[in-house]
Amino acid sequence: MHWYRYSSPASFYPFAGRMIPWFAWAAAILTAIGLVIGLAIAPTDFQQGDAYRIIFIHVPAAWMSMFLYLVMAFWSALALGFNTRLSAMMAQALAPTGALMTFIALWTGSLWGRPTWGTYWAWDARMTSELILLFLYLGVIALRNAIDDPRRADRACAILSIVGAINVPIIYYSVKWWNTLHQGASVRPGESKMATIMLVGMLVMALAAWFYAIAIVLARVRVIIVERERGTAWVAEILRARA
Amino acid sequence: MTDFLAMGGYAFYVWGAYGVTALALVTEILSLRARRRAALAEAQVTATAEAAR
Repeated sequence: MHWYRYSSPASFYPFAGRMIPWFAWAAAILTAIGLVIGLAIAPTDFQQGDAYRIIFIHVPAAWMSMFLYLVMAFWSALALGFNTRLSAMMAQALAPTGALMTFIALWTGSLWGRPTWGTYWAWDARMTSELILLFLYLGVIALRNAIDDPRRADRACAILSIVGAINVPIIYYSVKWWNTLHQGASVRPGESKMATIMLVGMLVMALAAWFYAIAIVLARVRVIIVERERGTAWVAEILRARA
Repeated sequence: MTDFLAMGGYAFYVWGAYGVTALALVTEILSLRARRRAALAEAQVTATAEAAR
């Protein structure tokens, strides 16, 4: 397999188009399974009642929010180091979905915090650093919109993305380093404090979130390719084929 | 069914979380679709102008 063959927008565009339906269907099917487990099969928690069911969205969204940021920083580093167009476009395509996952993590966390801790929000280390993650994503998006030349925007956004990556380990370890209202990690390698069916439901939803993110980011990178490569012969060729 | 919707008294929190998440994902998909249409339309304009030259 020659992966570098797909490193040009012209060859990646059709490749991504073929991949999207697979990931989208996998996401839809896993979401359906995850919702049935999370809302119907998993029993009511003896401490938290049914409020705990928010975990099936909250934890996958929070994981994705951090992971997508690292992926964005990775593509940014490649774009900066090798000056590759497609890497910068990948980073650009990741930011909105990362911001969305961060918003969902914060929103669901807030609605979970109220019945379990008695408050929608606290300025503890976990919540504050996750809020900063949202601002970093929004900052990257705003920075791009503020710079007219796409190649200059690529470099500026890449630097901000890479520098901001320091926040991700801070979020992850915040519950260890500081006394937080937020509880510690729900799942650690080799141990889990959850009932098996709850853990299974959460992992199915996490997998669904992965596939959703892959599908939507591939779809967005295709749009970005069209936006940025219009006027080239190969885009004109695609438009002719569509007509 | 009523029991299910009541979520043991936590309906506001549980459905508030699931509902807004669903809304956010649908919004992302629809806005990307609109952006795709706009991008293709604009590319078409550019391609037609190029061809006319």
